[in-house]
Amino acid sequence: MFYREAGQFKTSYGADQALFPIRQDRIGLAVILALAFVAVPLLASQYLFNAILIPLLIFSLAAIGLNILTGYAGQLSLGSAAFMAVGAVAAYNFDLRVPGLPILISFVLGGLTAAAVGVAFGLPSLRIKGFYLAVATLAAQFFIPWLLVKVSWFSNHSSSGVISARPIAILGYAFDTPAKRYLLVLTIVALLALAAKNMVRSRIGRAWMAVRDMDVAAEVVGIRMLHTKLTAFAVSSFYCGVAGALYAFAYLGSVQPEDFNLDLSFRILFMIIVGGVGSILGSFLGAAFITLLPIVLDRALTAVALQYNLGFDSGVASMLQLVVFGALIIFFLVVEPQGLARLWQIGKEKLRLWPFPY
Amino acid sequence: MQIWKTSLVAIALLSAAVTASAQDPATQFVGITSYRVGPYGANGAAFFSGFVDYLALVNERDGGINKVKLSWEECETEYNNTKGVECYERLKAKAPNGPTAIHPMSTGITYSLLDKVAGDKVPLITLGYGRTDAVDGRVFPWVFPLESNYWDCATAIVKFMSDKEGGAASLKGKKIVVLYHDSAYGKEPHPVFEEEAKKLGFELKLIPVPHPGNEQQSQWLQIRQYQPDYVVLWGWGVMNATALKTAQKVGYPREKIIGNWWAGAETDTEAAEGAAKGYYAASLNLAGNDFPVVKDVEKYVVSKNKTGTDAKVVGNVLYNRGMSAAMMTVESVRTAQAKFGKKPLNGEQVRWGIEHLNLDVARLEKLGFGTMLPPIQVSCENHSGSGLVRFQQWDGKHWKAVSDWISGDRAMVRKMVEDGAAKYAAEKGIKPACLPG
Amino acid sequence: MSFFFEVLIGGLLAGVMYSLVALGFVLIYKASGVFNFAQGSMVLFAALTYVGMQEKFGFPFWLAFLVALAVMVLVGVLTERIVLRPLVNQPQISLFMATIGLAFFLEGLSQLIWGTDVHPLSLGITDEPIESLLTQFNIVVSKFDVAAAIVAGLLVAVLAVFFNRTRIGRALRAVADDHQAALAVGIPLKQIWAIVWSVAGFVALVAGLLWGARNGVQFALTFVALKALPVLILGGFESVAGAIVGGLIIGASEKLAEVYIGPHVGGGIEGWFAYVMALLFLLVRPEGLFGEKHIDRV
Repeated sequence: MFYREAGQFKTSYGADQALFPIRQDRIGLAVILALAFVAVPLLASQYLFNAILIPLLIFSLAAIGLNILTGYAGQLSLGSAAFMAVGAVAAYNFDLRVPGLPILISFVLGGLTAAAVGVAFGLPSLRIKGFYLAVATLAAQFFIPWLLVKVSWFSNHSSSGVISARPIAILGYAFDTPAKRYLLVLTIVALLALAAKNMVRSRIGRAWMAVRDMDVAAEVVGIRMLHTKLTAFAVSSFYCGVAGALYAFAYLGSVQPEDFNLDLSFRILFMIIVGGVGSILGSFLGAAFITLLPIVLDRALTAVALQYNLGFDSGVASMLQLVVFGALIIFFLVVEPQGLARLWQIGKEKLRLWPFPY
Repeated sequence: MQIWKTSLVAIALLSAAVTASAQDPATQFVGITSYRVGPYGANGAAFFSGFVDYLALVNERDGGINKVKLSWEECETEYNNTKGVECYERLKAKAPNGPTAIHPMSTGITYSLLDKVAGDKVPLITLGYGRTDAVDGRVFPWVFPLESNYWDCATAIVKFMSDKEGGAASLKGKKIVVLYHDSAYGKEPHPVFEEEAKKLGFELKLIPVPHPGNEQQSQWLQIRQYQPDYVVLWGWGVMNATALKTAQKVGYPREKIIGNWWAGAETDTEAAEGAAKGYYAASLNLAGNDFPVVKDVEKYVVSKNKTGTDAKVVGNVLYNRGMSAAMMTVESVRTAQAKFGKKPLNGEQVRWGIEHLNLDVARLEKLGFGTMLPPIQVSCENHSGSGLVRFQQWDGKHWKAVSDWISGDRAMVRKMVEDGAAKYAAEKGIKPACLPG
Repeated sequence: MSFFFEVLIGGLLAGVMYSLVALGFVLIYKASGVFNFAQGSMVLFAALTYVGMQEKFGFPFWLAFLVALAVMVLVGVLTERIVLRPLVNQPQISLFMATIGLAFFLEGLSQLIWGTDVHPLSLGITDEPIESLLTQFNIVVSKFDVAAAIVAGLLVAVLAVFFNRTRIGRALRAVADDHQAALAVGIPLKQIWAIVWSVAGFVALVAGLLWGARNGVQFALTFVALKALPVLILGGFESVAGAIVGGLIIGASEKLAEVYIGPHVGGGIEGWFAYVMALLFLLVRPEGLFGEKHIDRV
């Protein structure tokens, strides 16, 4: 009843090809953005900003990056965290060593550096496929953090190899409270997500999907394999790189290359699987799910333990949480292999017919 | 229907999480970012059992700090930085006064919290880990690497070796290998070892072990070929036991291996079984069950099963370290209470208390710690307070102290600390100054 | 020169230990096309169960071994029933993710049951150099590593006989070749999968005991899976022989690289060297040393 496109006529090709062709979608998006930009900063607590919202947005960005590579271009990667590390360290060095360079440019340059590294590690994808490629991307995952630790120039010769990011300021305006940092991250993520949404329906996005579905067939119809696969790696790594820079500057304030470990890569992969492979919306949903689930489980278990005086320590709660997390992942894959985005789609279809589902 | 069921479960869980009981405002709330699972779970479990047990002891035996009861909550970080930040934010919001003082027990989490604590006015105590140059309280007013730090440890290890050889001059021409965990933690002491090598004229070789360190054959074969006079083990977790076992495998004598204080716990040596016998390690505190405070904990807390502590770990190196960490927090609160009144205190007041903490021999004796710890006096310029290290040897069953509380070249370390802190202040735009109090 | 041989032999013996873990991956991939990331957690789970039986109930070696084996078989059967069967015909990546979920589950469960302590595990062979080699050639070769290599060799021989000579083994190979054809001639697919997972559980137990005796039984055991992955890409996912040969190559070359190249680039290259080497190797032979060549058709 509310979600029905009947009566919305497209009178131009432009309208038909719009990013969000249905009016309700546009309204919905506007409402969500308004909530995120206005209501949340007014209402949220510091805990919500620092511990949940900022990391959630940053991981969404990384998940979009991986989704471009794995979901759209079909190249399984286990090295996303390494590309985040490249972005973080590069942005730090640009910020530190080029005086007067605006911080946003540093982020972009960090992303571009990550893209270049991504292309280098994407080269083998021209010959290797499937799990062999996945394990090969592990080479990046282990090599890059090693290099970042070994070459002390990257961390400005800090004795421990840990980088402390400098405070963020744009045109003299300091982003010194969690709410301000949240708004900065939100703006960047929203813009990049729209760009990604736009990109995947463009010529290059369609080429990615053709390669994903059947690379031999795609080559036969004239899609340049080298170009297509490498742009997927470049764009994906760019997103991961910017996410890494934000992680360093807006979230933790410090970078340890060891932070960007295999575990993080897996987490990002989980996000797109749970959220939906090949869906920008799914990247957000997945990031939200994977970031929130452990926190909610942990808090719930601790609360239950306190309430009923079960007397187990935080360690037991954490292990239970691991068990539940693992079980839920399996449950999800069994019940809805196409992820949360698919559930959302089903919901939309239902809404379209509601209240007369005939 | 699946969606509804799932979301119902989610809502139920969420509401349970949100309605979690808030802390009693009449108590001094201690927020504990702990870890008892994950790759370093065994180490964390011993440390935080000691920590919690001491807090429980203060409540059970003394009825709190000057009758102000303690309350606490643990949040599991799994030694993971993002989880650590989440826990920190959560614990901070738990009580109106904040979490008293945070002990992250992880160098990584320390770095992630470094900037946050200054803004939030929460003291960060890093007992023998974390950022070394934070000893300079004029640049890092909110960070307290109490007792000692990695650079003090490195120079004390050099001192210990030269004492064994018979004087500083005797290290000239000797060969020393530093086998380190290839991470921020492992790299931290390099400048000190390099400086000492230059000064004392020994030959230094730094050999990294990639994380997690469960395979060290090539490193130890290198050591066997190099034939060093000493090997300094700068490891953590599984790396330590593996190092000792691999040393046995290539036939390198364990009496020539000296660990730092994170490589010298029962979890390390017991996992290495016979291979650990004779191995030395630095320590911030002695192990053992004979100290009066350990006896008290056994009597008031462990035997009554107040905290669920496994009686096996009581008196371990890390358990006692956890107790001393809790004691320093409690004594800081007590110090601050003398100035601000006998009521629950906030972060700023506790910070003042830590900065004016003075644990002399008599005080330690009275608290039942006796010789377990060196005397500690904190000041604004020196947030560490002691810098003394004691060496223990594993006799196959227990850790036995083999040295007095010693220190190496403190002046050199102090200069490096000030240089490091000044560089950090310049990078971040901080003007070094003591906080008024 | 003796130093070179020392490193080489040590590397080859360490490589056998990697092969042992890789073997578990290969078995499951061969029979069900699943890249089972939970193999490392199965190693931990098996070793912890074994040690737990010994510590808690004082079981002798053989009894604890049998109980642990029974538990691993149970895990295998349940995995087939609960995880694999509902996911039949899903894309490989979903199955892969499911095994990561399984890995989390097993890691949590094993530590929940047996705690997070480090448990020493003794198999009665000390990890010391063999005297005669040390005195005659000045080469260090560990007794334990040699024993472990013999055990691994025996295991491979047993598996080879099992695969090639028994009825179940033939059925396994048929399933690996073509699921549907195997079903059509009356091979019970579900049982076969349960058996494969049980056998993988058995391999995990043996690997867990040997690795546990080397480093102590603790959470870090799950990391040995990471050492096995380059072995897999080098040897090919489908080949038992590949796992062995790949393990030997990786073991030897990574030790030689650490000793001879490491010092020039700051050391610690073992963590990634095997991966980079496997990657370079793949550029020449994209399906691994003994992997099956796939032909794509439009």
